[in-house]
Amino acid sequence: MAFEAPKEKYQGRIREVVIGATKEQGGTRRASIVAGGSGGLQFHRFDAEMPHLPLVGMDVVDTVRVVPDQLLSSIGPVTKEPVEWAKKVDREWGSDFCVLKLLSANPEEENRSIEECVSLVSEVLKSTTIPLMVYGCGIEEKDSKLMEAVSNAGKGERLFLGLAEEKAFKSIAAASMSNGHGIVAFSNLDINLAKQMNILLLDFGVKPENILMDPLMAALGMGLEYSYSVIERLRLAALMGDQVLQMPILCDCSCAWAAPEALEENPDRGSPEVRGVFWEAMTAYAAMVAGADAVMMRHPQAVARLRAAIVDIAGGA
Amino acid sequence: MPTAMDIYKLLPKKNCGECKVPTCLAFAMQLANQKAALEACPYVSPEAKAALEESGAPPIRLVTVGVGDFAVKIGDETQLFRHDKTFYHPTVLGFMADDADGLDAMKTKISAAQSMSFERVGQMIRVDSVVLRHSTGKPEDFLEAVKEAAGAKLPIVLMTEDPKVMGEAVALCPGKRPLLYRATPQNHDAMIGLAKSCCFPLVIGGASSLDELAQISDKAKKAGVSDIILEPHTSGASSMLENLTVIRRAAVKKKFRPLGYPTISVLGNSDLDLMRAALGVMKYSSIVLMKDVPREFLFSLMALRQNIFTDPQVPIQVKPGLYTIGEPSEKSPILLTTNFSLTYFTVRADAEKSKVPVWLLVVDTDGQSVMTAFAAGKLTPESVAKAVETEKVKEKNKRGDIVIPGMVSRMSGKLNELTGLKIIVGPRESSGLPKMLKSLGG
Ligand code: B12
Ligand code: SF4
Repeated sequence: MAFEAPKEKYQGRIREVVIGATKEQGGTRRASIVAGGSGGLQFHRFDAEMPHLPLVGMDVVDTVRVVPDQLLSSIGPVTKEPVEWAKKVDREWGSDFCVLKLLSANPEEENRSIEECVSLVSEVLKSTTIPLMVYGCGIEEKDSKLMEAVSNAGKGERLFLGLAEEKAFKSIAAASMSNGHGIVAFSNLDINLAKQMNILLLDFGVKPENILMDPLMAALGMGLEYSYSVIERLRLAALMGDQVLQMPILCDCSCAWAAPEALEENPDRGSPEVRGVFWEAMTAYAAMVAGADAVMMRHPQAVARLRAAIVDIAGGA
Repeated sequence: MPTAMDIYKLLPKKNCGECKVPTCLAFAMQLANQKAALEACPYVSPEAKAALEESGAPPIRLVTVGVGDFAVKIGDETQLFRHDKTFYHPTVLGFMADDADGLDAMKTKISAAQSMSFERVGQMIRVDSVVLRHSTGKPEDFLEAVKEAAGAKLPIVLMTEDPKVMGEAVALCPGKRPLLYRATPQNHDAMIGLAKSCCFPLVIGGASSLDELAQISDKAKKAGVSDIILEPHTSGASSMLENLTVIRRAAVKKKFRPLGYPTISVLGNSDLDLMRAALGVMKYSSIVLMKDVPREFLFSLMALRQNIFTDPQVPIQVKPGLYTIGEPSEKSPILLTTNFSLTYFTVRADAEKSKVPVWLLVVDTDGQSVMTAFAAGKLTPESVAKAVETEKVKEKNKRGDIVIPGMVSRMSGKLNELTGLKIIVGPRESSGLPKMLKSLGG
């Protein structure tokens, strides 16, 4: 009765998507990176090939308005200065890529001008050499002009621009196409909506190799189970052969810092500084185990924990 | 589950009708649909009975460890992915106490495990078991610790590969149904014998391959031990994921009986082990044992376990209605929220911090959060107005106003129109409630 381990073979495969461009490729990044490529479930190397480990990126927000106090104090004063923050992400915290979120452009908040925002993007590009993604403020009217300007400023860099949403994707898609950039397609915790978003972009003319999917990562304790299952289902559908869903998945796990339980004062549950790090590391680990090809995080210690875990689960390399 | 035809082949085919169904075939059909019990036929042979029980058994055996209110049930899973149905039995977490650390340290850890519990979204979550490990040459401290743990409530895991010491430990916890850890390729004859005589569940581990593990489990089964827990060999997260996945697949998809049991992962407290514990919760460990882990981590891990093991079809929710916080009067403010447990308990905890007594009107949104329900049209001015009506809000509270979540400020106008109440738009996050409630007064 010799036991033979049951293996899974899939006909589909996740696309390889290149982020960033080196000098030879027309940009200024020290290396470009690849998301995706797996022929099986994430880390199931006993089933199928997994040529690239999932990527770990970090975000930089241009306003401390959204950053909780504990995080400000533990990451350090750099967080008040986006360029310095981005330098740390690049040189000290070992991030694969950086996501610059231009939240201060929001007309209902700081309402920073497009010129100011774009000069920040240029400054970050000049001061760092890892691939860059740039997100707008989420208000369509502003973002449409903002993203066009960002696209021009980052010509050749193969930026990824975000976020394309079902009701607001045309201007950002046009901005990404005009200078050879990529785009992050957002959908709201629903496999059909994720598919719909990709179809809209493809019909608009965006090439599949320029799309990353963000199916909305809900933090630990805040609906993580919904995201976990949506990611698993997206991944399985892609592997079964649904070509419209074979784009790599990017999960924004910095949402962990908005979960009240991550940082609440409650001595029973230990100190908030330490708990917050576990909260984010575990949120990101769950995203990856479910199928994410890239995650975005905020705390360097959480990144370090996740990195070590990735090496461990990938079997060493 | 066997089909009616499979069952029919094993029946006596007398068509005597004593089972209260006219024919053996009709009886087989009833059995297949679980509408009859095999006992109703007086003529089935013992062999057929055994074969039918075997083929009708769930793909992964349900095993109970411990007794009484704190007993834990593991196994009986039917899926590889939670979205296909649900995962039924949450990973059991255990704290280890090692006799290498001395008896006093063991006692401290036994009581630490007992007290490690939290309330989260209305559910009690806790460390579910205490593990006593014998790793020194002298068993006195270990056995002393077993006595101590046997007097407490949590299920016990006894860890020693020495069958003689295990026998002595088992004698100290009669009727407690501890888990015996473990039978290995070296000691399995003696351990299986012991497990059979006390009828306690047994871990099988230490094998160099899943094939060898399956062989020992098959042997145990044939010797009459069926409450088995499997411990596949692991050298890190990579082999942990592989072996646990292969075992789950073999059990669920192939019905491979020798691996159709719950699983266990024994970890320490290195940084990597903490993440491996999280992996175990997500990827098929029925039991995860840890040593000296920080509570910040433990709480996060338990939240993960709760998330992974909720039924995907039914959000954890509370009953809609008018709740009280403190002892509210006619002058106390009334707050509006939804019946998603996470929302309800977050808002409740924040309101309690204010020390201001309030009414909390919880509307039925099928267990959805404020924004989700609002976006889905399940939290509307109409549904709120209806709740205001049925809960007789205006009789209990004479202030003539209501505080709504900041995120749904957009419903103010219409809600005011429908209810005649003055609408106070609260903060977006309920953490802002204490400040607001103090200024509102009551
Ligand atoms: C998990 C989740 C889901 C889960 C449902 C979880 C559940 N049981 O509710 C699922 C996957 C089912 C889901 C579905 C949808 N979702 Co949804 N979902 C989320 C997510 C990730 C978390 C929600 C959550 O649990 N929050 C935690 C609870 C505690 O928050 P809360 O209830 O709002 O309570 C807070 C405040 O409102 C306030 N508060 C609450 N009560 C009170 C009372 C008073 C008096 C005061 C002062 C304050 C207050 O304090 C609380 C703590 O801060 C959010 C995004 C996010 N990160 O927040 C999106 C989100 C809420 N979803 C959204 C949407 C659009 C949807 C869908 C319509 C999309 C779709 N796929 O079709 C569907 C609708 C469902 C349907 N058709 O039936 C949007 C809402 C957008 C909008 N502005 O309207 C969000 C914001 C995501 C986004 N950024 O686009 N969702
Ligand atoms: S009692 Fe048994 S033998 Fe008789 S009809 Fe029923 S199944 Fe057949």
